[in-house]
Amino acid sequence: MTQMNRQRLRITFAKGETLKYISHLDLARAWERALRRAGVPLAYSQGFNPRPKMAFAAALPVGYTATAEMVDILLEKPLVPLELAHRLAVALPPGLQVVSIKEVDLGLPALQSQVRAAEYRVSVAWTGDRADLEARIAALLASPTLPRERVRKGRRRAYDLRPLVEDLKLEDGDAAGYRLWMRLHHGAGGTARPEDVLDTLGLVDVPFSVERTGLRV
Amino acid sequence: MQISNRLLDRILPTVTMPARYTGGEWNSVVKDWDDVQVKLVLAYPDVYQVGMSNLGLMILYDIVNRQPGFLAERVYAPWVDMDAAMRREGIPLYSLESRHPLGEFDVLGFTLPYELNFSNVLNMLNLAGLPVLAVERGEDWPLVIGGGVGTVNAEPLADFFDAFVIGDGEEVILEILNACARAKESGARKSELLRALAGIPGVYVPSLYQVAYHDDGTVAAITPTTPEASPRIVRRIVPQLPPPPVDLVVPYVKVIHDRGMVEIARGCTAGCRFCQAGMVYRPLRERSLSEVLTAVEAIVQRTGYEEIALVSLNSASHPQIEEMVRELIARYSHPPLAISLPSLRIDTFSVRLAELFQGRRKTGLTFAPEAGSQRLRDVINKRVTEEDLLATAEAAFAGGWQRIKLYFMIGLPTETLDDVGAIVELVREVRAMSRRYHGRRAQVNVSVATFIPKPHTPFQWSPLVGEDDLSARLALLRRGIKGRGVRLSWHAPRTSLLEAALARGDRRLGRVIHRAWQDGARFDAWPEHFDWEVWQRAFAAEGLDVDWYARRERSFAEVLPWDHIENGVSKSFLWDEYQRALHGETTPDCRLGCVGCGLAETLGCEGAG
Ligand code: SF4
Repeated sequence: MTQMNRQRLRITFAKGETLKYISHLDLARAWERALRRAGVPLAYSQGFNPRPKMAFAAALPVGYTATAEMVDILLEKPLVPLELAHRLAVALPPGLQVVSIKEVDLGLPALQSQVRAAEYRVSVAWTGDRADLEARIAALLASPTLPRERVRKGRRRAYDLRPLVEDLKLEDGDAAGYRLWMRLHHGAGGTARPEDVLDTLGLVDVPFSVERTGLRV
Repeated sequence: MQISNRLLDRILPTVTMPARYTGGEWNSVVKDWDDVQVKLVLAYPDVYQVGMSNLGLMILYDIVNRQPGFLAERVYAPWVDMDAAMRREGIPLYSLESRHPLGEFDVLGFTLPYELNFSNVLNMLNLAGLPVLAVERGEDWPLVIGGGVGTVNAEPLADFFDAFVIGDGEEVILEILNACARAKESGARKSELLRALAGIPGVYVPSLYQVAYHDDGTVAAITPTTPEASPRIVRRIVPQLPPPPVDLVVPYVKVIHDRGMVEIARGCTAGCRFCQAGMVYRPLRERSLSEVLTAVEAIVQRTGYEEIALVSLNSASHPQIEEMVRELIARYSHPPLAISLPSLRIDTFSVRLAELFQGRRKTGLTFAPEAGSQRLRDVINKRVTEEDLLATAEAAFAGGWQRIKLYFMIGLPTETLDDVGAIVELVREVRAMSRRYHGRRAQVNVSVATFIPKPHTPFQWSPLVGEDDLSARLALLRRGIKGRGVRLSWHAPRTSLLEAALARGDRRLGRVIHRAWQDGARFDAWPEHFDWEVWQRAFAAEGLDVDWYARRERSFAEVLPWDHIENGVSKSFLWDEYQRALHGETTPDCRLGCVGCGLAETLGCEGAG
């Protein structure tokens, strides 16, 4: 197979409610199978166990929905993005939806290494006082540092959450709770999760749901 | 009432692999609930990853959902964490497609793959909020039916089921659903429906039979109590296999066999005496090359699977297997499609075949000599010689495989320590050979299972091996098979004892199963959950002796609890085979010529000419 004709496409997609409990590996398999059903000329790795050349921007934690995730796929033969969108429309399972597709330069570094920040909309079923919540947010943003600990692979590690919170806002609220919007640092320099922020705001043990609304590259 | 997302959101984040419980898979079928006449939920009494690998359930799912008046949904056994969470939140067991509680379906159809799932059946009924005992379910739906290989002796489950399907389910399932439709329409009582079901060939309604026992505990007679129930229930077969399902449901989570499947043949002619499947799926029915190729093409397009398994009890024996594999490899090089054959014979042809479909991947090959000595292989009618095995292993090592797996059984009828010693010798030879080819990278994995006598086989009269003998034989294997380049694995002997007792049990064991489940038994096939003491207490409390069921030699004259289930292979043929086994006489593969198993007279068999 000649390398000349290869094409790299970046698919932005949404992962809905019905699929929110599937893991990142499951999602990758679901994409591979959907692309195969769509008859897309995916490039495969060489070797005994050929793998499709696909790279996701960032793993989405189990339980989150998302509106603008990204995956780069490498094709053996070029395909018009619109054509791919049409084919995928009938090959993707309910819960996966294409938002946009664009061609990107073959030489760009791996998508994963380009992600700088992630944006989230978090709904919390907390029905306390609005002014109180606003004050907690203001306090968090005003803190020079927010020392925390996380356990990774059984080892405790101290880190500072504050520089990882790039933005945090109270969007709206109703009888069921409040909606927060946040932009958190992602990738080199540290990655924060919405749970860390909720925890710091004192919103522990309240049901919440997270939608990732964007990845900044 | 459907189980809401909001309710599930309370528990799913707290359990392992939550995507097992949310459905929505590609090719799953969600019909309009109010638009169909009869609703069936297909249940599998083990976790999703196991149940989703079961082709039988998928076949029925496909057939029923093609009917406009019916729907079929699925449910699998929730793992223990999900079970606890559901009970805590008061969520009943629900179907994956529409998330309706099982109690709202008309028919609950369990696949019964084997005995160690029985406690899960009760647990699933209970989690669905249904009484586990059929008599206590009264007039209320759903009707609870069972199918699958476990029904060749379903007596231990008689108390819990309304009906069993014996044999191939493809046609019967629709006949049953039609009977249910008529019953619903006419407002018939359940007793009337059950009698109607008993009139369908291949359907066994246990409550319409009465079992009498001798003083020594053996069965005296099993007799129907109404004219609709036939004294013998003849196994249903489809004389020709209908087109295989191609819209296979594609799971999101990684399941045991995460691949597309085409059944290239049903039934087997080899006649291995220990093998229940080989006896209860006769006659041999093969799909043609073109039919298989058409099915694979549709599966590839409609599932996106990157691997296809060509399944049957003896895939390498399909007359067109080589062409099949060659053609598939030629057609699907890009994107690559992996081909797998779950069962290889011990011959160099199989190795050549594996070279074709494994290509350079060479992940490993499995062969099943079953017994170590020629004498014992003759007893079980595994007509393979030591030379065959060594030549096959050599072909595999020479072909580039570094890893092979050998599968043996211990506790076979007439087995002595010498036969087990022969396993050690054989493994040593294969190991030495592997090292000549691949040095330190060579690996011979030896997997040993306890032989369990099963109903409707020539060894149905034979006792399960005693515990002391078993430990001595295992000890011999553990002493002899160790060191670099070999690995031995075996199954826990206690689960074998339970499996053996349940396999050849009678109706009285229903009380034991009920009690054990109440006492916490579930997932008995999972070593981390199997609790022998629970079962021991249950047997004791019911005054029944597990050894009497598992380790008693039966006589030809004894009425066996499954004698009223006419599997098609005659009891006299099985007895004959048992006697030949004890004398070390083999019986040829009946592909080469009919050996008179009785099927020709009962169900019909093309091979009998
Ligand atoms: S009837 Fe004859 S050919 Fe048919 S399965 Fe039995 S032994 Fe084989």
